[in-house]
Amino acid sequence: MTTLTDPPKETFRLGMLIYDTRYRSMTIQVVALIAFMLLAAWLISNTITNLNTLGKPVQFGFFTETASYDINQKLIEYNNQDSHLRAAFVGLLNTLLVAALGCVTATVVGVLVGVLRLSPNWLVGRIMTVYVEMFRNVPVLLWIVLAMAILIESLPAPSAFRGDDPSSTMKLMDSVAFTNRGVYIPEPLFTRSLGDIHLFGASPVRFDISLDLIAFVLVLGLSIFAARKISARARAVQEATGVRPRTWHVNLAVIFLPTIALLAALGFHLGYPALKGFNFQGGTHMRNSLIALWLALSLYTAAFIAEIVRGGILAISTGQTEAAGALGLRPRRIMSLVVLPQALRVIIPPLISQYLNLTKNSSLAIAVGYMDITGTLGGITMNQTGRELECVLLLMLVYLVLSLMISAVMNFYNNRVKLVER
Amino acid sequence: MSDTHGETVRFVRETMLPEREPPTSQVGLLGWGRDNLFTGPFNTIVTIVSLVLIGYLLAGLLPWMFQSVWRADSLSECREIATATWGQSEGHACWAVIRERWPQLLFGFYPSELYWRPILAFALLIVAVAPVLFPWASNRLLAVSAAYPFLLAWLLWGGSIWGPVMVAAGFAILYFGVTLLSGRIGALGALIVAVVAALLWWLFAVGPVAGELARLIPIGLEPVESRDFGGFMLSILIGVVAIGCSLPIGIVLALGRQSDLLIVKALCVGFIEFIRGVPLITLLFVASTLLNIFMPPGTDFDIILRVMIMVTLFASAYMAEVVRGGLAALPKGQYEGADSLGFDYWQAQRLVIMPQALKISIPGIVSTFIGVFKDTTLVSIIGLLDPLGLTNAIRADTAWNGVYWELFGFIALLFFIFCFGMSRYSMYLERRLRTDNH
Repeated sequence: MTTLTDPPKETFRLGMLIYDTRYRSMTIQVVALIAFMLLAAWLISNTITNLNTLGKPVQFGFFTETASYDINQKLIEYNNQDSHLRAAFVGLLNTLLVAALGCVTATVVGVLVGVLRLSPNWLVGRIMTVYVEMFRNVPVLLWIVLAMAILIESLPAPSAFRGDDPSSTMKLMDSVAFTNRGVYIPEPLFTRSLGDIHLFGASPVRFDISLDLIAFVLVLGLSIFAARKISARARAVQEATGVRPRTWHVNLAVIFLPTIALLAALGFHLGYPALKGFNFQGGTHMRNSLIALWLALSLYTAAFIAEIVRGGILAISTGQTEAAGALGLRPRRIMSLVVLPQALRVIIPPLISQYLNLTKNSSLAIAVGYMDITGTLGGITMNQTGRELECVLLLMLVYLVLSLMISAVMNFYNNRVKLVER
Repeated sequence: MSDTHGETVRFVRETMLPEREPPTSQVGLLGWGRDNLFTGPFNTIVTIVSLVLIGYLLAGLLPWMFQSVWRADSLSECREIATATWGQSEGHACWAVIRERWPQLLFGFYPSELYWRPILAFALLIVAVAPVLFPWASNRLLAVSAAYPFLLAWLLWGGSIWGPVMVAAGFAILYFGVTLLSGRIGALGALIVAVVAALLWWLFAVGPVAGELARLIPIGLEPVESRDFGGFMLSILIGVVAIGCSLPIGIVLALGRQSDLLIVKALCVGFIEFIRGVPLITLLFVASTLLNIFMPPGTDFDIILRVMIMVTLFASAYMAEVVRGGLAALPKGQYEGADSLGFDYWQAQRLVIMPQALKISIPGIVSTFIGVFKDTTLVSIIGLLDPLGLTNAIRADTAWNGVYWELFGFIALLFFIFCFGMSRYSMYLERRLRTDNH
């Protein structure tokens, strides 16, 4: 007689790899991994074979060769005798420039439009709806080339500013010139400049930082810090005594006086553009390509941001507004203390992806000839050297790192404003 | 009532007063205007400023649009006609360019005697998507939907019919292999065998068999080169293929990303984040320069096909994130409910999870579709002649050198109609599929 004590000892069979749920997941994963590695190996071996046939094995030596092309809009000093790596670096800075300009403008316009779409004024609401639908439903590339065409076709040539009775004049008290070659704006100059710091010696990524700028930012930062301290003291006094001391004039003085003193000490003045010969000289020259790209990207993205902002505000239930009103808060404070902090929680995650989209869309600069990283590394450098694989892979890597950095920064901010839940 | 009040109240009304009309300032246009446009001084100022702005814009735009020239052979002729009619050449649109280049904007350089083929393909597209889009369409049309991809390729590119048919036969092998074999060697085994058989068929048999059949029974259309494709036909072609393929791939990627299988999850996350981290234009550079390098030596496949592959991959990464959002929004009880009914993974996905998750993600899916359709304009950068690329080609003609606004305005209008239509349809779909009690 046998007793039924232990279950029969299982022996491992090959079929269990497929039919037994304990092992099946392992089987699937191993199969997936092998398939992936086979695919990767196949692609890589094809690539190596093809490149060897073409006689250009993968190497990055071409980066040190002379680029021998010009970049007309640049933030750092560059000439056509510099290397391809230097050109790519100039392009990267240009990408960052237009992305930063675009993100700021898009946010300002987007928030404004999003709030105005909820306006009780019927007409304003409709105008904003038309704006949003118009920009969202037409490709961004079309907006970019359209903006470029408008700038080139409708603005006067520099020659129109010449003569005793010019057909065009400079705007904003003779300081800004809008021409079909770009916009000339005044540049900040210093008579007693502190000079520049040269970073990274003679390497391709060398660049100069103006010490004047650093001093300015430092003084402004310290002033704002001091002003915030004063406000915090005022708040403490208010909590202790119930009376808030008047601080705004002190704050204003603390912020502006040191900054103005610094600018005066450095001998700050504006260098105005002036027509000399065939073109404007002096001032800062923003090319039409930069302005067209900046305008089109920010207006396009602003339409999406407006929808996000509107959705965020609508997501806050009216009970919150009513409760705040019952506490005796004024409408402006209801917005800033109750609705906006909660709406931000809803707004920020999609806002991050809009910033990412704007940065990635800035690669369309190539359509209007703005030399961003796509125009330099993925454009002229690639065509000149014929190193498609290296250039495109590096280009992708750059954008990938940029995207990851933007989302890291914005996620950090998101975690700070996020409502802390239990 | 009269007992208690009889002494104190002299008059008690016993009938209701007839309802009075509201004051005229509260109803009609006037009342609406007071409520919506002129509440308070600030709003009044805003309204007046807006009206002035709109008036200014329309005063500039309307004469340009409607006092325009429709019949001319060149921009200079347009200007002459405008000067003769209205006294000045500026400020009058020259729609003649649209009138003359209309077929080109639609079909690119597709041979004009073969225009019926893209038109037929577009008409069939409507038939093929009807069962998906409209509830009243017969499900029998699904047969057309299944055959449509092959018909599309054959109609547009022409050539022998046997190529597309043989490719379709591969899918038939896949389908029948799974259904017939799963009874004998189990579902997973059947799937593996069928996939391997289909792959072998596509890689090695399709070419020779199709060639042989084409020799024996030559049925075919006049072939058209890819470089002749262009205009909105190209945009719609790339858009439709990317949209159609990205949804299933995106669903699979989303499921992979949500799964417990570590390696599968890592592969899916890596793919999605990589694609979402780079701009589409770099992927198009891959399509135009690198994709042939990745393939076995001697492969040279069509540029439009390469672009379609890359746009599809791009769209599926975004689609995967949208679907993942829908999956995450689903209450956990739905997964547990499906488990407790004894469904296996695929049954649960097919019958319980996906129908709900996809319904939640409709707005996201449609906005991804719209985004993909708009992004098809980027192919002009790598030299394909989509509508934007064609504007340059048209301006290169001396007759139309310098014509910008009419072309851009017209293309923007067509894109607007397509994209706005899609977004309105998604709202209709949301309403139709709403099953809760709101």
